[in-house]
Amino acid sequence: MLSTRHIIDMDDLTPEDITLILDTAESFIEVNQRRIKKLPTLRGRTVVNLFLEPSTRTRTSFEIAAKRLSADGLNFSASTSATVKGESLVDTAETLSAMACDLVIVRHKMAGSPRMLARHMDAHIINGGDGMHQHPTQALLDLFTMRDKLGHLEGLKVGIVGDIAHSRVAGSLVPALNMVGAKPIIIAPPTLLPARPDVLGAEVSTSLDNVLPELDVAYMLRIQMERAEGMPFPSVREYSRLFGMNEARLAKMKPEAIVMHPGPMNRGVEISSAVADGARSLVLNQVNAGVAVRMAAMYLLLGGDASGASS
Amino acid sequence: MALLLKGGRVVDPAVGLDAVCDVVIRDGRIVEIGEGLTIPKGITVECAEKVIVPGLVDVHVHLREPGYEYKEDVASGTRAAAHGGFSAVCAMPNTNPVCDEGSAVRFLVERAAERGKVRVHPIGALTVGLKGEALAEMGDMLAEGAIGFSDDGKGIQSAGMMRLVMDYARQFDTVVIAHSEDNTLAGKGVVNEGAISTRLGMAGIPDAAEEIAIARDIALSELTGCRLHVAHISTAGSVELVRAAKARGARVTAEVTPHHLFLDEDAVDAHVYDTSFKMNPPLRTAEDCAALLAGLSDGTIDCIATDHAPHAAHEKALEFELAPFGTTGIETALPLVITNLVSKDAASWNDVVNWMAIGPRRAMGLPEVRLEAGALADITIIDPEARVEVTPEYFESKSANSAFLRATLLGKATEVLIEGRFALRNGKVVD
Repeated sequence: MLSTRHIIDMDDLTPEDITLILDTAESFIEVNQRRIKKLPTLRGRTVVNLFLEPSTRTRTSFEIAAKRLSADGLNFSASTSATVKGESLVDTAETLSAMACDLVIVRHKMAGSPRMLARHMDAHIINGGDGMHQHPTQALLDLFTMRDKLGHLEGLKVGIVGDIAHSRVAGSLVPALNMVGAKPIIIAPPTLLPARPDVLGAEVSTSLDNVLPELDVAYMLRIQMERAEGMPFPSVREYSRLFGMNEARLAKMKPEAIVMHPGPMNRGVEISSAVADGARSLVLNQVNAGVAVRMAAMYLLLGGDASGASS
Repeated sequence: MALLLKGGRVVDPAVGLDAVCDVVIRDGRIVEIGEGLTIPKGITVECAEKVIVPGLVDVHVHLREPGYEYKEDVASGTRAAAHGGFSAVCAMPNTNPVCDEGSAVRFLVERAAERGKVRVHPIGALTVGLKGEALAEMGDMLAEGAIGFSDDGKGIQSAGMMRLVMDYARQFDTVVIAHSEDNTLAGKGVVNEGAISTRLGMAGIPDAAEEIAIARDIALSELTGCRLHVAHISTAGSVELVRAAKARGARVTAEVTPHHLFLDEDAVDAHVYDTSFKMNPPLRTAEDCAALLAGLSDGTIDCIATDHAPHAAHEKALEFELAPFGTTGIETALPLVITNLVSKDAASWNDVVNWMAIGPRRAMGLPEVRLEAGALADITIIDPEARVEVTPEYFESKSANSAFLRATLLGKATEVLIEGRFALRNGKVVD
């Protein structure tokens, strides 16, 4: 059992919860390799994908996870949702609650909105990304991938490179790494750092090249190239030159060090195609882990125990 | 009709008075203050254990009428003012339509005469429609009863435009009230920039967004000679700017809100995202709170004003980033000052009178109200031991979006007299 009813930010989880989720996900990895990839464990339970911000990858990952556990899943997405017609999030929460949903996965461009949902409904909530705040299942699948590849998490030095200030991925990954005893280093130009990186609990560097040799993992964030108010760097070319992962930089890393990216990638910007498609890139492992970790999170929140797939 | 306030502690630093005595009021004026006074007939109000002070004034209130009567109106807003112990309020012009011409001021004056429980002093807009583009008819508005001017809610972004309004306002020797915010720095910020914006993953408003605007407006006040009043000052740096300006003799005054004094950014809990704590300027750090209190204590900050900003429940029940800025405040200001400062001996009753009666009148250029024979009987009577449970039912305001909801406070006004007539009696608004 998890110690929490919701997975909204990393604070909701204890280190034991994280281990439980990762261990449970191990058993689901195996299920995902079967020809019939389906378990009856969540039969009769209703899982709603409440996606109020466009997303294909994350929504699909949750959707597959729900289907593989035999839950009745349905999508409530921005294009069809009432919220675009002016219904408040509170009304949406109460409506879904009245329909007796068991679990709601929410993605929303406003920080804190999953907390709001949790206050107004009985269902369990998983945060599928809230604004610039957090995206905890991404952090969990990243931990899973690191542990799977490198054998352990404690003591790993993980450089998170890119738009830290606006990244919910970094918002969850930094505390997640701290909780498992790894060492996050955030690497970005000052214009892409949050106001107080120290409160996140990460070391800060503005030079990727300086820290490259000490990293076990280089975690490249997607750079947003269209912005309403001024670019925080002079050009994509300059960004790539200073902060992009390429073969020359990869060569300066430890031989066993790995490269990760939450996707979707801007090839040739934060990561070169050669690296993205190379042997040390775990981008597709992350996607694969995503389904298993989300299955584990749903399964554990809805009352399953650690035996997972073997139950 | 005569009125005898019997045995209260009468405090007014303007006349050097702090003593237990009696006050006799007749025909709307104080006729005598002294010991053992009696009246042949009339009403006697027992004031033992109570504190009698000049009527309190809140210079920063959003009454919302016309246009947003579902949040507040003149009747409910002035009931709330009386309930909070205030005998007068200054009403901000960001209504719909905006109070930017004489007829709009006249409407408010007439409405207040008809439905108001306390005095209402209109503040007119500096620029037409609060757009920061063209001078509003200040002379016309003054003739109809406006007492000062502000584009509160948004700062005037162009220094050139601010210079123009200050140059123009100077001929009337009226006060320009600045909402100090540089939008290019504040951006889409919703909380203080720093630990809280980082932790909550929301855009922040840096101190510099306020301080740059205040520094600019002080320089423009010194350039033009126009009186400047800095609204809702919120950072340690801003206090320092005003302190230095006053030392140079600049014509600058400043106000601070109870929420900026008594709450810091940590009130915005990461697990709740409670929109009651979304205000502009945002709640800052504990260090800023300490600097604001120091500024108030040394006279750098002239007064406490609430920035009473009522919003309907459905408007605040939105995602934090979408909800409107603002907290109500007029019914909790005095209890907060008593609870957090007076009862802890961090402030005296003289301080309270300076910050909530003398300072605000002086900053706005309103006539003085003294506790002495011959003066107009605008008086607040305070029970410093009364318990206040801040529940939604406590409020006379139409809105309950208070950052202090659920607090238990000590001390409140029991009577408010305006020209010798009760607006509040025994803690109840007089109908």
